[in-house]
Amino acid sequence: MLEKALSGSKLYWTWLICLLVVIGAGFGAYLVQYNKGLMITGMSRDVSWGFYIAQFTFLVGVAASAVMLVLPYYLHHYKTFGRITILGEFLAIASVIMCILFITVDLGKPTRILNVMLHPTPNSILFWDMIVLNGYLIINLVAGWVTLEAERKQLPPPGWIKPIIYLSIPWAVSIHTVTAFLYAGLPGRGYWLTAIMAPRFLASAFAAGPAVLILLGYLVKKLTRFDPGKEAFETLAKIVCYAIILHIFFFFLEVFTVGYSDIPSHTAHLKYLYFGLHGHNMLVPWVWVALGCGFTAIILLVNPRTRKNLKILPYACVLVFICTWIDKGMGMIAGGFVPNPLHEVTEYAPTGLELMITFGVYATGILVLTILYKVALGVKAEEEAL
Amino acid sequence: MKLYNGPQIIVGLVIFLAIFTYPLWSGAGKAAPVPKPQPVPKSVATQCVADTAYMRTSHMTLLNYWRDEVVRDGDRLYVSASGKTFNMSLSNTCFECHTSKVKFCDQCHNYLAISPFCWDCHLTPKEKK
Amino acid sequence: MGVDRRQFLKLAGISAAFGLGGSVGFQLLRPGALDAAERMPTPYQMVFPKSQGNSEVMPNPKALKGRRWGMVIDMRKLTVEKARAAIQACNYYHNVPTIPGKQNIKWIWLTGYTNAFPEVENPFADPAIKNARFIAMCNHCDNPPCVRVCPTKATFQREDGIVMMDMHRCIGCRFCMAGCPYGSRSFNFRDPRPFIKKEYPKYPTRTKGVVEKCTFCSERLAVGKLPACAEASGGAMVFGDVDDAGSELRQLLRSRYSIRRKPNLGTHPQVYYLV
Repeated sequence: MLEKALSGSKLYWTWLICLLVVIGAGFGAYLVQYNKGLMITGMSRDVSWGFYIAQFTFLVGVAASAVMLVLPYYLHHYKTFGRITILGEFLAIASVIMCILFITVDLGKPTRILNVMLHPTPNSILFWDMIVLNGYLIINLVAGWVTLEAERKQLPPPGWIKPIIYLSIPWAVSIHTVTAFLYAGLPGRGYWLTAIMAPRFLASAFAAGPAVLILLGYLVKKLTRFDPGKEAFETLAKIVCYAIILHIFFFFLEVFTVGYSDIPSHTAHLKYLYFGLHGHNMLVPWVWVALGCGFTAIILLVNPRTRKNLKILPYACVLVFICTWIDKGMGMIAGGFVPNPLHEVTEYAPTGLELMITFGVYATGILVLTILYKVALGVKAEEEAL
Repeated sequence: MKLYNGPQIIVGLVIFLAIFTYPLWSGAGKAAPVPKPQPVPKSVATQCVADTAYMRTSHMTLLNYWRDEVVRDGDRLYVSASGKTFNMSLSNTCFECHTSKVKFCDQCHNYLAISPFCWDCHLTPKEKK
Repeated sequence: MGVDRRQFLKLAGISAAFGLGGSVGFQLLRPGALDAAERMPTPYQMVFPKSQGNSEVMPNPKALKGRRWGMVIDMRKLTVEKARAAIQACNYYHNVPTIPGKQNIKWIWLTGYTNAFPEVENPFADPAIKNARFIAMCNHCDNPPCVRVCPTKATFQREDGIVMMDMHRCIGCRFCMAGCPYGSRSFNFRDPRPFIKKEYPKYPTRTKGVVEKCTFCSERLAVGKLPACAEASGGAMVFGDVDDAGSELRQLLRSRYSIRRKPNLGTHPQVYYLV
């Protein structure tokens, strides 16, 4: 099937070349980082994780959200999603690849990465994260490819793939839960030490992922003859709507517990993020923009007239994306590290090289996504031509 | 049987093989001189932690073994096969006799094009010019 | 560890069949037994044996032995000069670089009362305490979160309680830095060598990309010396065995009131401050 990625329009090839240029620039920036060390980033002794880990956390969510298509289709036989489930699975593959790349570029000694398997340490959550992420990648590759192959041959998918697809449902939940556990189990970090971390992650994931899918659906509709269908968009929009409301609700649960109990080691982080601490307020505009976007999106999505309006829906999805991307990325990571355990404030902002490497990783993910979508849509076009 | 796109495939294969085997043919006939690591001066020459033949082939595994014993188990003394006791330390034991990294270690490492990362951390005596 | 080769191979085979990889499954089935497994020669070591003939390794008989090492810092005796001398000694003997800016490296350093003990906030505390400069360092916790989170066992706890770093194994993921509630860990964002004022040739430097911290001078204990900071502190820092009721350290802890950093987190820090 891969040969479908080898023929395409001029636009397709131009797009691939653009991505390759960005990947090349990112790789060049990474070579600088590899030679000089992580000194080229904005990270510090106090904020020891930054933009890379923020993107990683966000993208695990996007990857997990494929379950929002798989579950209605395979467990509830919701036929409308049948045509686009493959798009969700392929988005998951691209996202997990980006996650793994972000972890790799964040390592101080990337050449030693196999030590995680050479000296397996079950008490480390990072060890489990390695297992669930790689497992999820393989599950989605197999499930996506096999079902697509069957579709192409006009045959029902083989029976053995069913258990793997069912497995992918709890597995999707597991990748984001384990990612939340990376943060939620650390004794000295008040902002992360909360049992609602995993549900909050899942809620924002199920908002962000389907929002990205809707946007991709629009793009696909515009660029190819494939139309996901109005009903698919509407159902996805409902999912995004519930999830973003849950996300904001969970955020307020957090604000209540932290604010009403008023324990300094917990309030300090929220104060830093939303009002600034000791005169440091770099992230304040960002987090308010995130909150504003979230609320605006809720208004647009709750109201059936705006939600069902396919002209307005993409804007609501962009707002959801901005809200969750800021909240779960920079807000979650930098907010957890500021103030540091000695209640000192060191702020963090990514550097130019750090951003270039980040764009490079995103371009790699988008390249994988483009190729996978090209194959999937090629198969679907063939099918419709029959 | 017909080979589709034959010329392109064959030219491609030739180019691939040429690049792939570049390290082999580019250095042909230009053998580097066999290294002669500097022997330990007579004045300090005692017995090494193992005999020369063993050290030549397996010093890296011995050093890895020492490393794990010292760092992870806190065992710092090594009683060699000949019964002598040594402090297991690259910088503090090996370099007492093999005083020059350039004339001892680098000779073979360069010849074999390997760059062990020991020296990223472990200090060596200042080289005399 | 009573594991013979046959048994190991059988178990490893079973766990490999479960798709976990031999050693992972082994660790899950028999925690701790992996160390025994790691001592088995690898195929590489069969060609290049790790040692020759009937050689053996052992600890230095001169080494200081303790069941649970700890440190007492006497705030009545600790002047800023003494603290600086201790810090200087530590930095020199461990090749700790002086890197300007926020990507710096610290093993032990001076900090304020509210920074070291944020949870015992008291605006009317004795000014002698409130305004004192405290020494902060790795607490060598009995229940160390950094060891819990490390994915490669590059940081681990020795039997005598010391929380050690294996710089050869560290992948630089910095999970331990997020895990440490005391900010005791530093990451080598760059090659530290150009920032070392005067190299101490007997101790290694670090390389870019690994995390480092205080090791309670394990290299000095191994040859019968006290930690460099304790030696240089003029008696203000007392190192000893917490498990030994007769030790000077325990006598000090009995005679005066002592506090620890963030004991509410359950990490059981082993650095005690006499106030």
